[in-house]
Amino acid sequence: MAKTENVYIYKLYERFWHWTQAFLIFFLALTGFEVHGSFTFFGFENAVDLHNKAAWAFIILTVFTIFWHFTTGEWKQYMPTTENLRLQAEYYVFGIFRNAPHPTRKTVLSKLNPLQRLVYLSLKILVFPVMIASGLAYMFYRYPSQGEIKELGVSSLEAVAYAHTIGAYVLMAFVIVHLYLITTGHTLTSNLKAMVTGWEELETEEGTIPESKTAKEPVGEKLEKPGADPKFKPDNYNI
Amino acid sequence: MKNTVTFILSVVVPLIIITVVLRDASQENKLLAELREEYSQPHIPSVDHSKHEALQRDFDNPHEITATCISCHTERGEELLNSFHFTWEREDYIEGRGVTYLGKKNLLNNFCTGIFSNEATCNRCHAGFGWEDMDFDFSNQYNVDCLVCHDNTGTYEKLRGGAGYPEPGQDFQTIVQNVGRPTKTNCGYCHFHGGGGNNVKHGDLEEALLTASRKVDVHMGVDGGNMDCVDCHTATNHVMKGRYYGVSSSNTRRATCEQCHTATPHLDQMLNTHVSKIACQTCHIPEYAKVNATKMYWDWSTAGDLQDGKAFELFDSQGNPIYQSIKGDAAWQTNVVPEYMWFNGTADHFLLSDKVDTTEAFLRINTLFGSADDPESRIIPSKVHRGRQPYDPVYMSILQAKLWDREEGKGALWLDLDWERALEEGMKYLDRPYSGQWDFVDTEMYLPVNHMVSPASEALTCADCHTRNNSRMQFVEGAYIPGKTTHAAIDTMGVMLIILSLLGVATHAIIRYFSYKKMNNTSKA
Repeated sequence: MAKTENVYIYKLYERFWHWTQAFLIFFLALTGFEVHGSFTFFGFENAVDLHNKAAWAFIILTVFTIFWHFTTGEWKQYMPTTENLRLQAEYYVFGIFRNAPHPTRKTVLSKLNPLQRLVYLSLKILVFPVMIASGLAYMFYRYPSQGEIKELGVSSLEAVAYAHTIGAYVLMAFVIVHLYLITTGHTLTSNLKAMVTGWEELETEEGTIPESKTAKEPVGEKLEKPGADPKFKPDNYNI
Repeated sequence: MKNTVTFILSVVVPLIIITVVLRDASQENKLLAELREEYSQPHIPSVDHSKHEALQRDFDNPHEITATCISCHTERGEELLNSFHFTWEREDYIEGRGVTYLGKKNLLNNFCTGIFSNEATCNRCHAGFGWEDMDFDFSNQYNVDCLVCHDNTGTYEKLRGGAGYPEPGQDFQTIVQNVGRPTKTNCGYCHFHGGGGNNVKHGDLEEALLTASRKVDVHMGVDGGNMDCVDCHTATNHVMKGRYYGVSSSNTRRATCEQCHTATPHLDQMLNTHVSKIACQTCHIPEYAKVNATKMYWDWSTAGDLQDGKAFELFDSQGNPIYQSIKGDAAWQTNVVPEYMWFNGTADHFLLSDKVDTTEAFLRINTLFGSADDPESRIIPSKVHRGRQPYDPVYMSILQAKLWDREEGKGALWLDLDWERALEEGMKYLDRPYSGQWDFVDTEMYLPVNHMVSPASEALTCADCHTRNNSRMQFVEGAYIPGKTTHAAIDTMGVMLIILSLLGVATHAIIRYFSYKKMNNTSKA
């Protein structure tokens, strides 16, 4: 039987970012698919207005979060790795049904398993940029300036809109799978609890405690000011 | 705690500020207030014509009246000779045809078809005297009719079948002493009655505009702007701004909304950005023929039927003639929702010399050019008048029938009800080849709707177009319209992706549930 311990995984900003982003993505999907014509809820005019406002909130949040990623070095969490990639996939396909242990141990320095790294990285460098770029083009392909309507060189709103729509479907699929995978932590709710409180109950095995002691110690609050904790050296992380 | 405060200050507060800044400001539209003030000023004429010595007399010859006008307004006569109200044709350039000289003088329309051999009645609306056949002298300035446009008494009448001459016996002395800037009544005398009756042709120009409320027409409504036609259709040297694409072809000298309202008239920038692809009229004229019905369909092929050996008429519940022996079948409509199409301000026309193409679904009396990828094009509302007109199935040309004459027995369809003779006489007058055979072809004519602008509160709203159900833009091609346009493949694949994700997680969850249950049972056992 695997032992567990409580580890402080998600820092305050991280959790604020995650939940704000979660809300915004949900809200953007609701308003966005209404603009797309899939259903009527707010009414088209309100849906457009709310979608645009939520989009600005999302962009601002993204800017702040990029800043946070670089100042804290957290961006390294998303560097893809092939190590354990296969094991992780096998875990979800086979091991999970046999109550096998997670193949990747979560630590504060490596909180993402190889599959998560891959998926979140593609969100960050592919899906979000496409959504933000196509969204901005959508907003500004025509704009009023000095008493007339000027145009950005967007020749076809169609292409922009289709890219944005495809991105939206991909994000919806991600959200569905992501919501389900919340339940695949040590217990059904341990992942959820972690993202709410920052503290996660993690499986551990005797003798395989990560070498870095930081994982055992609650360091989160200190780490919010980048560089405040001398022990936090993102370059040292390993899997 | 301190950190929480810092986060709120650094993240939440900026978000709130941005949201507040982005909120639509409910400010007053200052430009609109200025326009209201400017156009509510009454026109004060610089001259009281009743004080002119030259006008202290009666007239029995209309040419003499014109000569008297010209005796003071010395250059206006020559000027009028070049005005479209007098020439009924103008120089245009049409893509594919080159330079053309077209107008009411030589074009067909989808209503009473054309003036040839019918001049004496059609040309009652000519701003001149005596155009009753091809010999009319367009170079004589004394043939100009000043009064039809400038009579401010509202009593001047032109004679039916009088080739533009006034009804005799009018009080011309009073009329000439009360000339001035054209009023709605002057313009409406002809422009409200195109097609042979009130509102028959345009649908957005009719007698009701003399007395209507601003709900019918925000500009002309008596409780609205109470504006005159010439407030927008301004003129320099008698050349008016404004195009009617039943006869015009060029994107020049148009009367536009923008000339007063600017290219960005809305306080909401989202609406302003629409202006580059959507004409103002599209949203602001949600329907036309708001008071009296307009003629939407005219089937000439059924003309000539008799009841008990006599010509007869049938009427709809509103009193509009839906069948007349002299004109055929008709359909009328009020509160008509326009049809929408791309238009770049240039048009083509079906000429008498053009070949009828019966492989087409219908013949276009006029063609409005424009498309989604043409930067000059915008989506406009249009009345589409459909009909059936006679053509020559041998020469494949459109036919002009003689419709009118002063007396029976001369081949006029409206008197003799004989198609064979009417077409023969019409084509003989035109001196164009005619095989003697005729058939009827379906026709369409496009009349862009520009008047009967509703108050802003009744303009279309977003969802009138941005919807998948009965969008006003449902037949407009080539534009991506959010909320309306869908890409079947993207949506199908997107929905499939979502369904597969749901199925995937559901299957996974079920297998997990049963394998855990099994494991628990095993461990209990």
